[in-house]
Amino acid sequence: MTQPLVQIRGLKKSFGTLRVLDGVDLDVAKGEAVCVIGPSGSGKTTLLRCINLLEPYDDGSIRVDGVEVGYDDNRKRRSERALAPIRADIGMVFQLFNLFPHLSALENVMLGLTKVRGISKAEAKDRATQWLTRVGLADKLQNLPSQLSGGQQQRVGIARAVAMEPKVLLLDEITSALDPELVGEVLQVVQGLARDGMTMIVVTHEMTFARDVGSRIVFMDEGRVIVEGASREVLANAASNERLKTFLARIEMKH
Amino acid sequence: MAYHFNFNFVWRYADKLYWGLVLSLEIALVSILIGMVIGLALALAYTGGGRLTKTAVSAYVEFIRNVPLLLLVYLVFYGIPSAGGFAYDAKTSFVATLAIYSGAYLVEVFRAGLDAIPKGLVDAGKAIGLTPWQRFLYVRAPMMFRIVLPSLSNVYVSLFKDTSLAYVIAVPELTYGANWIKTNTFRVIEVWLVVWPMYLVTCYALIYGLRILERRFSLVRR
Repeated sequence: MTQPLVQIRGLKKSFGTLRVLDGVDLDVAKGEAVCVIGPSGSGKTTLLRCINLLEPYDDGSIRVDGVEVGYDDNRKRRSERALAPIRADIGMVFQLFNLFPHLSALENVMLGLTKVRGISKAEAKDRATQWLTRVGLADKLQNLPSQLSGGQQQRVGIARAVAMEPKVLLLDEITSALDPELVGEVLQVVQGLARDGMTMIVVTHEMTFARDVGSRIVFMDEGRVIVEGASREVLANAASNERLKTFLARIEMKH
Repeated sequence: MAYHFNFNFVWRYADKLYWGLVLSLEIALVSILIGMVIGLALALAYTGGGRLTKTAVSAYVEFIRNVPLLLLVYLVFYGIPSAGGFAYDAKTSFVATLAIYSGAYLVEVFRAGLDAIPKGLVDAGKAIGLTPWQRFLYVRAPMMFRIVLPSLSNVYVSLFKDTSLAYVIAVPELTYGANWIKTNTFRVIEVWLVVWPMYLVTCYALIYGLRILERRFSLVRR
């Protein structure tokens, strides 16, 4: 078997005395879309933020394309400067969009291209325009984030991440801050990316999405992976695991 | 009314007021520039520094902010040279004083600005692979300046008015010029009636200019 693109082993992380991740193992193959589900406080967002080291991890290992993310060969924490090029290859889309409010949609996407990838302004503009067109915002290039709806802002967020051509894309509950009627337009974009073979790790509450787009579901609780498997199988056999059953029941009630 | 206004004396010495105003502006500009550098550098040091740095910056801020500016002016012009056995001219001394003084206020302004930047924006900068310096240049600094612009105009205006204190160490700025005319002509009311609007108009122009900047850099486009 070829080496997985993302390989997580024995990942541990505590905030003070609270253990948030308690030995997580996870492999993600190239082109795979893995959905991470679980009750709030189960550690899924922290897991995602550890992968690009927005949160440092205490113990264990995360390798993306063979490179240990948080530590160098001598197991010393990497400096912020040394992390920058590693993070550039790991895209992330945030729950609250986190667009740069002082930059237009176009400039939000271009910033990483010109400053991190070193691409010329003209070419960066072309690429950014292409991606924004692809997410359906060709007519909003010059708009500031404050002039866009939540769904539009999140699509800019996705364009900003994928324009960097990352090896893997991390999506952190990207629809939970959106009005219900705007969820569809964002999920559609993600669906398209999955179809194109973008490797994704998706933290989500959208079960239909997890079933239809995710090739695999990982169910986490109390900092551990409890159930893992092909999406349809996991959901079909949910009854066999008490915690997963309870979680899914609770989600159903909300919808 | 017994008093007869006579502005002729004021007009005769108008050049004292004109050059006084120019010098006032010059002093304000130079000291605010130095003060901004001090303020920004120390705010960054405070935000990113350890406990020792934080204590040192706080000590500077509190020491300067809780002492009357006039005392500082005397201290820098008379005190330090006499203790150190050297001398510098009054203008240099005053610019240095005002720079140190405004620096203390600007540390607080910039620090508040840096603190007010949503953490998510820094995360987003990290996530696209910006280095710490790039994050400052393209994300934190532009956000900070937008946040602090309204408070900056306060500092600028009060700093410009504070240049009038240079009068006490005989720097020939606007207030000094006015006093000179007053002492030589005894036309007290006339002089102040001319100088007062000069300060007012200049301060208002400052505020107005900064308001245009605020609007220009607004995060909400109208």
